[in-house]
Amino acid sequence: MESIVSKLIATCLKRLVLLISSSIMIGCATSEPLYFWGNYEDLIYQMYMEPGSADTATQVAKLKEDINKASTIGKPVPPGLHSHLGYMYFLQGDTHAAVLELEAEKNLFPESTKFIDGLMGRLKK
Amino acid sequence: MKLVSRIFKFLLHFLLVFMAGCVATTPFDYSSFRNHRPRSILVLPPLNQTTDVNAPYTYLSTITRPLAECGYYVFPVAVVDAYMKENGLPSPEEMHGVALEKIRNIIGADAVLYVTIEEWGQKYIIVQSVTTIKAKAQLIDTATGDIIWQGTQAVSQGSGGGDPVAMLINAAVTQVINTMVDYTHGLSRVANHTMIYDSNQGFLAGPYLPPQENDHCGNN
Repeated sequence: MESIVSKLIATCLKRLVLLISSSIMIGCATSEPLYFWGNYEDLIYQMYMEPGSADTATQVAKLKEDINKASTIGKPVPPGLHSHLGYMYFLQGDTHAAVLELEAEKNLFPESTKFIDGLMGRLKK
Repeated sequence: MKLVSRIFKFLLHFLLVFMAGCVATTPFDYSSFRNHRPRSILVLPPLNQTTDVNAPYTYLSTITRPLAECGYYVFPVAVVDAYMKENGLPSPEEMHGVALEKIRNIIGADAVLYVTIEEWGQKYIIVQSVTTIKAKAQLIDTATGDIIWQGTQAVSQGSGGGDPVAMLINAAVTQVINTMVDYTHGLSRVANHTMIYDSNQGFLAGPYLPPQENDHCGNN
């Protein structure tokens, strides 16, 4: 019982601290964010720190949800999100979906062209 | 109830430290930054000089947002990490050793951000505990090898202060809380944000940011 309570407190505290830190960061930065961030960075954290909580299926589902939300509110998704999703599709064995996401990254951010073309060359082999 | 009030007191300390992060410091030579103005930045997993094995990837998971919001194209950190690992570079040390020319030719990045983590996590100083993150970073132009920008960022979140008895209780409570909560994730966000958005020593705005008054992405 006690461990459940302390876990609960820990979760609440963690959320609160993150909330405070992000609100303060917004306080430092003056302008409106350029991108809709959704789960992208949290998924990266989870895939390295809490591997069980972010398997490829979970990541695909959450990132697709982010892309939908972003288009609903009319904001672009951040650099890297489409390629990250493409990589998750690749890990699932869905090369077709992976290529579509990589193309999307390239269209949004031409800076990624060289890297994406290299990745796609490998995928198509 | 006492625990709750301690917790809030503790969070207040946390808040104060965060706010200190927004305070301006000494000027900085931006001539190299102005000469290069990269569009795209590759962030490699940091080198780790600490004993905390979680430090490099926790850091890596909090660097994309501030850089991208500063107007840069940031290569997908986890995809690049996997790509390098698959190509015979299993550790950050080996990734940091890749020639700039190769990075430019294969990834197409204008600049690489090399980060070294110098401090990470908790230290006990008498009855206080302090969580600190200290990281050194260099932004290098892939075409010339020139240093575009460099800086060191340290942020801390502390506990304690006040009368000795309160400090003892504080330390005990903090210790309990700290064993349950990993503050380094949140603190890492603050460190990265502060490093890039510092109005005197931070980054100049990248191409995706609408023109800024002072050319910086942080203009506080």
